[in-house]
Amino acid sequence: MRAAGMTAAAVRAALRRIAATTFVSLVLAFFALPMLWLASAPFDADPRINVSLPSFTLANFRVLMDDPYALRSLRNSAVLAAGTAAVVVVSAALAAYALSRVRLPGRDVLLYLLLLLSSIITGTAAMVPIFLLATQLHLVDSHLGVVLVLSGGLLPTAIFLLKDFTDATPASYEEAARVFGASPLQTLRHVVVPVIRPGLAMVGIWTVAQVWGDFLMPFLLLRDPDKAPASVIMYTFYTEGGQPDLALIGAFSLLYSVPVVAMYLLVSRRYGFRFHGGIKR
Amino acid sequence: MVPATSTPAEPAGAAPARAEAADVVGLGRRRAAAFVAPALVLVLVFLVFPALWTLYLGVTDYRLTGLAATRPHFVGVRNYTDVLADGRFHDSLWLTLQFVGGSAVLGQTVLGFAVAWVMRERPAAVRRTVEALVLLAWILPGSVVAFLWLALLDRDGGTLNTLLGTPGTAWLLDHPMASIIVFNIWRGTAFSMMLYTAALGNVPPSHLETAKLAGASTWQTLRDAVLPKIRGHVLTSLLLVSLWTFNDFTPYLITAGGPENRSEVLSVYVYRTALGEGRLGFGAAISLVMLLVNLAIATAYLRALRRRRA
Repeated sequence: MRAAGMTAAAVRAALRRIAATTFVSLVLAFFALPMLWLASAPFDADPRINVSLPSFTLANFRVLMDDPYALRSLRNSAVLAAGTAAVVVVSAALAAYALSRVRLPGRDVLLYLLLLLSSIITGTAAMVPIFLLATQLHLVDSHLGVVLVLSGGLLPTAIFLLKDFTDATPASYEEAARVFGASPLQTLRHVVVPVIRPGLAMVGIWTVAQVWGDFLMPFLLLRDPDKAPASVIMYTFYTEGGQPDLALIGAFSLLYSVPVVAMYLLVSRRYGFRFHGGIKR
Repeated sequence: MVPATSTPAEPAGAAPARAEAADVVGLGRRRAAAFVAPALVLVLVFLVFPALWTLYLGVTDYRLTGLAATRPHFVGVRNYTDVLADGRFHDSLWLTLQFVGGSAVLGQTVLGFAVAWVMRERPAAVRRTVEALVLLAWILPGSVVAFLWLALLDRDGGTLNTLLGTPGTAWLLDHPMASIIVFNIWRGTAFSMMLYTAALGNVPPSHLETAKLAGASTWQTLRDAVLPKIRGHVLTSLLLVSLWTFNDFTPYLITAGGPENRSEVLSVYVYRTALGEGRLGFGAAISLVMLLVNLAIATAYLRALRRRRA
């Protein structure tokens, strides 16, 4: 009886291990399979749509360098990301500081409401009014328009994150600075900013990551391919035959992806924070 | 065109002594309001105003081109009745339900939890490899992953067809909904995986130990020892991934709603009617529907969050 019970338990444990191993293999295959192309095609002398062992070459990156739109679009992505990050970090820092240090009436309700609104009014749900608003304000086909629209959507979360940081720092340094006659802006610049720098960096990187990958807003608001960022220009890479230009798309996809991966590694190394709720989108 | 609410009302006239007490750094309410103003103006103009404007646009016959572009007419609730009577809207709603239910509520949540659960007892190297891959699917730019899936599912010589030995199978044409659902599971499982990994870390090991000693099956352990501890996480994460999936525009990059609108989820439907066909008033009416759905999900989320904290 007892021996039989133990054998049954052993069999069950073995089965469980086999099931777990199978599951892990399937998960690995499922997640790796689509990415193989990104690893092989950029270095393949004759890239096809399926994954193949590449006959190694770097010529695809030469094609990319020679394409008039490829590098320019990456620069456009950088301009949009840096512009939005600048607007978001500066205005969110000012607002978060004031909201943290002065008890404005209705402050908590305001923050709560803005945060709620920013998750409800997404670019997808509000694309019609946003497009019309940009048209009326003559912001279509301008990087500034994309930067402002994206900033409006990202600011509530940014303020919320930065207010957490300022709330956590004591006001005593600022009081001291005030005693010595520093103006509030001076205090902010020389006392507060150095203290909450990790928070500013985090919000900056978060903004850059959001904008770098965004497709919808530039797709909606920019007409001129000279101004299009990488996310949009990718879908214009066709050969004269009307087929996707796989050599170009492969190399470009890799180059375009590297900064996001690098940022993620940097953030998880340096701050040890993991992307969690609300941080990604 | 400037909305009525362009500057924040400045809270003046409060008793200075009381303001001082709540303001140790001597910023003053006036200056504090000035500090808040730039951010608030941006949010009001580019976030709040568009949502309010949707209400107005939805009752006009605004079009992208032609006479109605310069002089829109008031048409009352016609756009709304048109939308609600549109068969394409009903189809789209149903497809959206499949997309959100299949990929976010079922797919990402079940797979994310399963990965988190199984990874607890795997060697660190295996765990890190799996987590890195799942995360990579999440952080790569949307345009890149969409193209990777186009390549994977390609009819002529896509990797999947090569692998399965099914050349010529047009996955995106024959099974467009299944394609974008599986794609979105692949894309978004990382969030659920990380969330449940963290949540499982909070389940006391002694509970699992007890369940094991009592000879409970995996299913019983999950139901009796694990689920009660993570119930709050499950609900909030379900609502969050639903909200994100509902607002995801990436299906446009993979199937563009086709073939014959068979994968036209709401995000794609609103784009195609409003900007593709230029019917902005009609599109605004759909926008309002989407905003209301978002409002419902977000409100439910906040209530669940509050109940969890209480």
